[in-house]
Amino acid sequence: MQELTRDALLARAAELLENGTVDRVLGWKRGEFAYDVTPAVFKSADEMKESFVWGDFCGANFSKYLIAETKKSENKVLAFLKPCDTYSFNQLLTEHRFDREKVYAIGIPCDGMVDIAKIREKADGIASVDTNGDKLIVHTLFDGDVTLDRAEMLAERCTVCKSKKHVAYDELLGEEGDVVDSARFDEVAKIEAMTPDERFAFWQGELSRCIRCNACRDVCPACTCEKCVFNNPNSGVENKSPANSFEEQMFHIIRAFHVAGRCTDCGECSRVCPQHIPLHLLNRKFIKDIDSFYGEYQAGAEVGSRAPHINYTEGDIEPSDAVKRGDENA
Amino acid sequence: MHEINSNEFISKEKVSTETFSAEINSENKPYKPLIVAFCCNWCSYAGADLAGNNRLSYPADVKIIRVPCSCRVNPMFILRAFQRGADGVILCGCHPGDCHYTSGNYYTRRRMALLFSMLDYLGIERERTRVEWVSAAEGAKFAATMNDFAEKVAALGENKRLEDLRCKN
Ligand code: SF4
Ligand code: SF4
Ligand code: FES
Repeated sequence: MQELTRDALLARAAELLENGTVDRVLGWKRGEFAYDVTPAVFKSADEMKESFVWGDFCGANFSKYLIAETKKSENKVLAFLKPCDTYSFNQLLTEHRFDREKVYAIGIPCDGMVDIAKIREKADGIASVDTNGDKLIVHTLFDGDVTLDRAEMLAERCTVCKSKKHVAYDELLGEEGDVVDSARFDEVAKIEAMTPDERFAFWQGELSRCIRCNACRDVCPACTCEKCVFNNPNSGVENKSPANSFEEQMFHIIRAFHVAGRCTDCGECSRVCPQHIPLHLLNRKFIKDIDSFYGEYQAGAEVGSRAPHINYTEGDIEPSDAVKRGDENA
Repeated sequence: MHEINSNEFISKEKVSTETFSAEINSENKPYKPLIVAFCCNWCSYAGADLAGNNRLSYPADVKIIRVPCSCRVNPMFILRAFQRGADGVILCGCHPGDCHYTSGNYYTRRRMALLFSMLDYLGIERERTRVEWVSAAEGAKFAATMNDFAEKVAALGENKRLEDLRCKN
């Protein structure tokens, strides 16, 4: 259950709109279905009253939207940021992607977000979902109400949340949390422990489902190039679904490589993938390697930190030893 | 020594089949792996020259691509080499500390450590990729490195996991 209510966020946003601190609000609104929540820009308190939502399906991270939004007006825009979103916020500031002065950031606590795909495995014809303490009441079209444990329906990224603490905000609503010890590398270690043949088969099974919709790239707060390599008409892989295992792997290796050292592990890529490809397992491999080769590094923990890719020491690990490191960890 | 300009290499046009030898799969010859070696102009490329001048032998199927510095090598080049039929890709640069652009090879080292570890994680045989530091004076090391690398790659056989059949003839 989220600590803050929709009314609490609405009230604060209305005040800030009223006193002129901001003239727009980045928030969530209902999509096709109640659990199908989508980001939106609200221009008035009335608009917000009508369609603003806050709850267990508000996973969307607004940091990347700030790049376009801060260019649209001289006034500030209000953004509600969950703890993990604030890491992306800092990372974008590190890369000078938007003007900090044009944002009024409100940190809000997060009790984890629910993954509708997990609910779909348990219930058919979902009409809406209500949260009641640690239970979810799923209203279905055919089978009446189904009650589920909320903890079991949490998005993967929330089950291994790395931080309940906000690293950036102008104002904080609710209680501040802490950086937490998370088991987010366990799955990576399991894959490392497989034989090369098993690993290849595992990844082929996952990556061959990719339809190259590019949603993972488009949503990623680290992927903010105006021209992406995958839009290069000479690349042979522009806007097309992969034709063979090479293209599948190339897209995923290069996508993950380009965000390595800048990926905050916000989990947006895996959230939006319509094919449920575990992209976080690629990103986290890089994060795990970076931590083990060059010392622990959390992208976005602070503004202005030097990413591992644009840094070095004379005694860095040799690539041949690097690949062996996985064996020891396994 | 066969040289391919790196820009031509990543362009859409197919690299001529002669470049990527037709020996693969030919029936009457033993299998020889096709190796792409990215060599830094200032050291390893000169090292290769020295190996040639000293008549040290290394496999003819090592195709050298000269780059201005090891850090010129974009991860995409490596994947493209595999796509177009390479069985192994090796990257040679100046010894750490000796890069002619001061720090290029330090960045190369970080990038390739991460990239190769990722390839390994995806199940692509780790013996197919290598980084080696070879100076202009190390002709013997160049030849020995290539012989050893070609042998390891030959033991693995053809690259099947990162190939693109459409790019092979
Ligand atoms: S979101 Fe999923 S299906 Fe779409 S391009 Fe990314 S990995 Fe492929
Ligand atoms: S790669 Fe995925 S987890 Fe990492 S910053 Fe981008 S969207 Fe977030
Ligand atoms: S100049 Fe040789 S590696 Fe940089």
